[in-house]
Amino acid sequence: MKKLRILSLAMTGALCLSLLAGCGGGDSGTSETPSGGASETPAAENTGSTATGAAFKIGGTGPLTGGASIYGLAAQRGAQIAVDEINAEGGAIQFELRYEDDVHVAETAVNAYNTLKDWGMQISLGSVTSTPGVATSALNYEDRIFALTPSASSPDVIEGKDNVYQMCFTDDNQGSASAQYIYDQGLGENIFVIWKNDDVYSTGIYNQFVAKAEELGLNVVGNATFTEDTQTDFTVQLTQAQGSDADLIFLPMYYQPASMILTQADQMGYAPKFFGVDGMDGILTMEGFDTSLAEGVMLLTPFNADATDEATVSFVTKYQEQWEETPNQFAADAYDCVYALKQALEEAGCTPDMSAEEINDALIQVFPTITFHGLTGDGEGITWDATGAVSKAPKGMVIQDGAYVGMD
Amino acid sequence: MKRLATMKKSTRNNLFTYALVIAAFVVVQALRVGPGIGSMLEGQLIPICAYVTMALALNLVVGISGELSLGHAGFMSIGAFAGSAFAMALQDSVGLSPLRLALAMVFGALIAAVLGFLIGIPVLRLNGDYLAIVTLAFGEIIKSIATNVYLGMDGNGLHFSFLNDTMDLSDGGVELIRGPMGVMNSQRISTFIAGFVLVLAALTIIFNLVNSRTGRAIMAARDNRIAAESVGISVTKYKMIAFVTSAALAGAAGTLYGCSQTTFVATRFDFNTSILILVFVVLGGLGNMWGSVIAATALTILPEALRQFSELRMLVYAIVLILVMLATNNPTLRGFFTRLFRREREGADAGVRAVKGGGGHE
Repeated sequence: MKKLRILSLAMTGALCLSLLAGCGGGDSGTSETPSGGASETPAAENTGSTATGAAFKIGGTGPLTGGASIYGLAAQRGAQIAVDEINAEGGAIQFELRYEDDVHVAETAVNAYNTLKDWGMQISLGSVTSTPGVATSALNYEDRIFALTPSASSPDVIEGKDNVYQMCFTDDNQGSASAQYIYDQGLGENIFVIWKNDDVYSTGIYNQFVAKAEELGLNVVGNATFTEDTQTDFTVQLTQAQGSDADLIFLPMYYQPASMILTQADQMGYAPKFFGVDGMDGILTMEGFDTSLAEGVMLLTPFNADATDEATVSFVTKYQEQWEETPNQFAADAYDCVYALKQALEEAGCTPDMSAEEINDALIQVFPTITFHGLTGDGEGITWDATGAVSKAPKGMVIQDGAYVGMD
Repeated sequence: MKRLATMKKSTRNNLFTYALVIAAFVVVQALRVGPGIGSMLEGQLIPICAYVTMALALNLVVGISGELSLGHAGFMSIGAFAGSAFAMALQDSVGLSPLRLALAMVFGALIAAVLGFLIGIPVLRLNGDYLAIVTLAFGEIIKSIATNVYLGMDGNGLHFSFLNDTMDLSDGGVELIRGPMGVMNSQRISTFIAGFVLVLAALTIIFNLVNSRTGRAIMAARDNRIAAESVGISVTKYKMIAFVTSAALAGAAGTLYGCSQTTFVATRFDFNTSILILVFVVLGGLGNMWGSVIAATALTILPEALRQFSELRMLVYAIVLILVMLATNNPTLRGFFTRLFRREREGADAGVRAVKGGGGHE
């Protein structure tokens, strides 16, 4: 009697488990390559045995869920489009891409990175956001796995690591470029800054902006801060700006809080000039935002979704077809990352059967020497120096009639 | 064997907990030396030790002393920031990294204990859920402060600034705490062995406290405050002892965690983290130490083990959590398992007892 009961329990348990296992297997098969079977090359299974047709395993971490997921998803989708294009071409270099979720937390990013390492990642796309990027890039350095991050812009990500490269501007770079631009174009007499003091990106740009502004003799009349928890109401900060006679407000932040600021300034009847950074990109496609409020807003950004060159148009069309939204600079940076890796791998003559460390050593030699032409940057192309920092021209844009127009 | 049978139930329970932790350590260590356990699990070993210690510390407050703390991540944060900064400041003077880690842990524990004491003074005099509210606020305050603190060290000593980075460090200076960018450790000095030692130390401290005269007074104050006061027990004092001990252990766990990460930010230790630790405790059972150990370990690994579900990961995690909670608190299921492994008559008694216990628990 008793034995029978234990047996029945065990059988039920086994049944449940097999059910779960079935679910898991099916799920992982589809979820790891969200854009369908195009990326799966037939030879992808036996990586390492033969060089031709096998794929390089690229891994990256980013916030695919949670509050910061728009950045992670954009990067994942941009990179996936590039990988699909390259694989469809069927050249010597094929890629297999896998993104893991890090919810914008350093600890989870380390776990995600380790999962990718167990999977056999040969080249890394680092992390999408800065704080996780600092954590994973340290591991990239220790494990000798080459990393090219699309958008982790903190200078700490590349500092002291010979095999970690960035596709985006560093925060410092943006701060000083913005100050320089405002100075050169004579855009404002009295400048006010609203920044987010619990955010690495915003703080980094703010500090460098103020330092550069002082050096150039720009008149910064004041600044006000906000945090993650208080980014829905900006009347206090705007009143402060109005009170100090500011005619230009610098907004080093992402587009969601910026859209609140623009809306509330309009309600107050306060109309200074607004100047943003690359995080502002995306404001025109934001749901529920009246784009006429963004009229006249200026920003520095490496990517412009409305550009008319062939590569940009093709990328934007594909992205819109698959995801029904306009790509932002994160998607463009990730797309460029994959193509930059392809170019570097070709120049270095790497094959997919090489170990991560061999590829790493080859790419370190090649990367500072190449000039890459992609969606971001201007006609002169993108270059890197040996520290891993990128050099590309920011584009000064102004929003007119709901679209970006070059300022120069 | 006979002695084991005649032992007090609590002693047997304690021995079981020690054995569980040591056995787990030996197995994992053997696997690491031998075939390896994979990078994913390897990277999680130290965080698991830190979370286990956090769960044990919180169980002391919630389970043994009967007060609710919703800000234990705040103590962990204090330990992480203070400990990491201390360890980095000592980098040149103390060469041996295990010693440096031990000193940092003591320092982190000390700072957390002092803050725990300060919070405890007004709150533990009161009767009711005030501790929950005050610790909740404490956690948020710590988060805001730690986000805005800049601390650096160079040849001229320590530099401190708040809100804006105005430290102006001379050449060769190190930034210990960098405002919203958190802490960036130049070295990760925490090891799995250090984590294991910390868990064992936490168990020893808690068991010795609980099984002493002090511990019995703490539990008496929990079960009936008026009765305890009537026999001359100072309720505030004993609740304070439990709370400060818990804060100190949480601080040490925070240091272990902080020194194991390349970088961490203050927003990591938010309200959600406090609740997560409370979930470990409730899932493992209030006052049940080995339950906390298992729950903390399982729930730390679970989200990573569910990566195959991709974006549905946290949904599956939540469902598993609810199912486990329902299953472990279901009298029918409990009775079923007891009947399964015991004789019919004993099983019937236990079933009745479980039903009663379940009712009383509410």
